[in-house]
Formats: sequence, structure tokens, C-alpha cells
Amino acid sequence: MAEPAPLLQTPLHAEHVALGARMVPFAGYDMPVQYPTGILTEHTWTREHAGLFDVSHMGQAFLVAEDESHETVARALEALIPADVLNLKPDQQRYSQLLADDGGILDDLMVTRVGAPGREGRLYLVVNASMKEADYAHIQARLPKGVSLDRKDDLALMALQGPSAEAVLGRLAPEAAALPFMMSADVRIDGVPCHVSRSGYTGEDGFEISCRAEDAAKLWNRLLADPEVKPIGLGARDSLRLEAGLCLYGHDIDTTTSPIEAGLIWSIQKRRREGGGFPGAERIQREIKEGPARVRVGIRPEGRAPAREGATITTPDGREVGIVTSGGFGPTVNGPVSMGYVLKDVSAVGTDLHLVVRGKPLPAKVSAMPFAPHRYKR
Amino acid sequence: MTTRYTKDHEYIRVEGDAGIVGISDYAQSQLGDVVFVELPSVGKTLSKGDEAAVVESVKAASEVYAPVSGEVVEVNSELEASPGTVNEDPAGRGWFMKIRLTDQSELDGLLTEEQYQEFVKSIS
Repeated sequence: MAEPAPLLQTPLHAEHVALGARMVPFAGYDMPVQYPTGILTEHTWTREHAGLFDVSHMGQAFLVAEDESHETVARALEALIPADVLNLKPDQQRYSQLLADDGGILDDLMVTRVGAPGREGRLYLVVNASMKEADYAHIQARLPKGVSLDRKDDLALMALQGPSAEAVLGRLAPEAAALPFMMSADVRIDGVPCHVSRSGYTGEDGFEISCRAEDAAKLWNRLLADPEVKPIGLGARDSLRLEAGLCLYGHDIDTTTSPIEAGLIWSIQKRRREGGGFPGAERIQREIKEGPARVRVGIRPEGRAPAREGATITTPDGREVGIVTSGGFGPTVNGPVSMGYVLKDVSAVGTDLHLVVRGKPLPAKVSAMPFAPHRYKR
Repeated sequence: MTTRYTKDHEYIRVEGDAGIVGISDYAQSQLGDVVFVELPSVGKTLSKGDEAAVVESVKAASEVYAPVSGEVVEVNSELEASPGTVNEDPAGRGWFMKIRLTDQSELDGLLTEEQYQEFVKSIS
């Protein structure tokens, strides 16, 4: 058997080890799954105070138009994703998906129109760690002349999430704390040049902060010095996003699911829904019009047993109607929560279903998502 | 009273013809926060190595195997309401089930406290 490739490390690796984190392989990186207090404590701390996450394994890159025109770079990306990029305001951010020709999802990503003066014609992209090489190859192969991809492997990325995040960041960089949801700015935090956006992956208010790798440890420790902030690992990141009803690529969305099936129509702005011009537009427009055959829904098991990824979903009389794509215990909900795809006719909130766990059908109900309310600052 | 361990990190604390079964402190620390425990029904007959219970942490589900053959004579139903007891006191209040042994000699194949601690050291 071939030796596995050595794990990559983020610029914060030594900080995690010093904090006593349990490190696990994730997307080719040696990452903290939890710190000594454990996932439940980290999850609850983030919902009640502020959690700091190292997400430097994610891919950060710029799309750059040689002619420095926003329209040029926006049109290039619009050929690959269904979001309205053209009408992004300077510094505005949007969630979208890289689509395959059949409308399946190659990855999901964040797109920001760079607003800094003198840097027109640039889009800042953040893609999933596990998909970044494939994404970059896909994008590069499809760019028109005059637009190039500039991957930034020398940047770190951290997320500060939770109800105290605004106050914590406000003490260090008041202008960042004043940002509305899905807007961004270049600021200095304790002297460190950063790009901050008001966004995240927990359902809480919060920020994602990009900085140079060499500044990452200083910034991380500066933020951790605030008594409201604790480090949070990948374990709680997953339980937080699950309760928030947010998709995890490779689980809840992949090349076999379309954005419409996944309930992501909100991320396709009206101009694109009508005008098309993105991969798989025909399928996606048809699914918008006719409704997809299956949809992603939230599901609450009625007992205490979690129903995890891969559990079969049936009707109470045993008809197989879908599969769980993410599931586990929701610490804020204080019970098990799942999401998965079911046939349209059993997708209404309140529908009785069974989740097959270890061969046993467990009663469950289709539930509205998010399971824990979003608390974004709009 | 004798306590024996398996390499799957179950313990059995034998008193007379029955033994209390649970998971070791090392096992609970590796699992992390326990959020759900599925116990067998009282009266169930288990063979050594059978799947006897399931313990779920936030991250994953793990099986608990019967360290010996026998009949389940009691289960710790407190764990249904307070699964976190497995983390707080695995050797005490966090026990899973009581098994009446059918073959005492099966205990000879299990690890002593000292052997188990050596084993844990070798894998951690």
C-alpha cells in the first residue's frame, strides 16, 4: 500500500497543539476536532459567548480581470455559478455554488466583490478545503482570456462566531464591528492587516477574518485573550452548522444534488433564475418551475437516538422515501437532529417518517430548518 | 471482586456469578461527550463478543461488545436520561449492564487492570 501523503498544517497548528487540542486528519490537514473541554461545551460557548475557529485549511483565491473591470470578472464567474455577481456592491459577499454541466454541485463557495480603491475587477473566493484543487483546476480551465485565478495559499482564515463576537471585535476594530451581514472591509486588528466579513457557518452573528499566515498566531492569541472567546474545533463547527440547517459539501450537497433540490434557491437571484447562462441552467429552471422530485428537509427524531448520515428514510408503512445526509445530536436543541433528501410528497413540515437506525425504524417528523434560530445582524 | 478488561475497552467487574459491564475511562475520554446510550433488554442472552450496547458521542456511534457470555440481568436505565454519566463516572455510576456469566473461565482470556493499562499506554 502506498504511504499516505503527509498531513498539511495550517499557520495555527502550533497554537492548537499548545492548547491541548485533539488533532485529526481532515481534508488533508491535521486539524483540531476539539479542545480539552469537549464538543458540547464548545458548542454551547459559541451559542452563548464567542467561539474562535481556525478555518485556514479552506481555499482563498482571487479572480482578477486584467482590464480592472468588475463587469469582466463578474461575467467570467457567472458562467460557472448561478449567483448574481454583476450586481454585487463593492465589499458585498454572496454564497453560491460551482455547478457541473448537469446542474450538480461541484462545490459551494463564498464570493466577495473587492471594494478597495484601485483594486477593481477582483473577486475574492473562499472554497472548501477538500475541493480546492479540483475547484481551482475547474475554474482555471474555463476562464476567458484576460481573467486569471490567483490562489492565495499564504493566507490564514479564522472565524469569530457568537453573540459576543461583535463586542469582542469592536474592542479591537470598531469599523469591522459596524459591518452589516454579508459585507466586508479591510481593517487592522491590533496592527495586523485583515480582511473581515460579517458571515460564518454557525447560524450566529459573527465574522470571518483573513490575514497573512505570518500574522495568524498573533491575531489568534489576541482574540483568545478576550475572556469571552474560546477556541472551537471541527466537532462543534459541525454540530453548530447542522443545527443552523447549513449544508456540508460532500454530505448534504454534491454532484448528484442540484441547488434547487438542496433548498438553495434563495442563493440564485432573480436575474439569474430568469436569464440562465450558468451550467445546468436548463435543469435548474425546470426544477424551479415544476418543483424537484426530491428535496432537502430537516428531520427531528422523536426519541433520543441520533440518526446519522446514511440512515434510510421511510414512511411509517415502510415505503423508502429518502436518505439522511447529516445527523447527530444538537446540543442547543438538546436532542437529535438530521437533514436529508425525501420525495416531494412527504416533504411537508410535520410529516411522519421513520429513520432506520441499526435496522430499527425510529419515528421522526419533518421539521422546519434551522433547528436553532439564525441570529445574523442584517 | 475482580475487574477484567477487553482490548475494545469494556470492563467487567465480577461479583459472584455476575459482572457489571461498562467502558473504561480511556474509552470515554476518546469518545468525548456521550449523548445517547442504547442498552440491551433485560433477559437477553449474549455470547462473548456480541454487540451488547451502543454508545453515541456528538461525533459518532460506537458498539459496546459483551466481554463474556451470559444473560443480561439488569441495565442502568439512568443512562437514558443522563448519558453524560458515562463521561463523569465510567467505572461507577456510568455502568451499562449486569451480566450473569455462563462460563467463568472466559474471564481468564481478558486483561487484568495492569495488563489493560499497559495496553492503553501502547496505543496512546
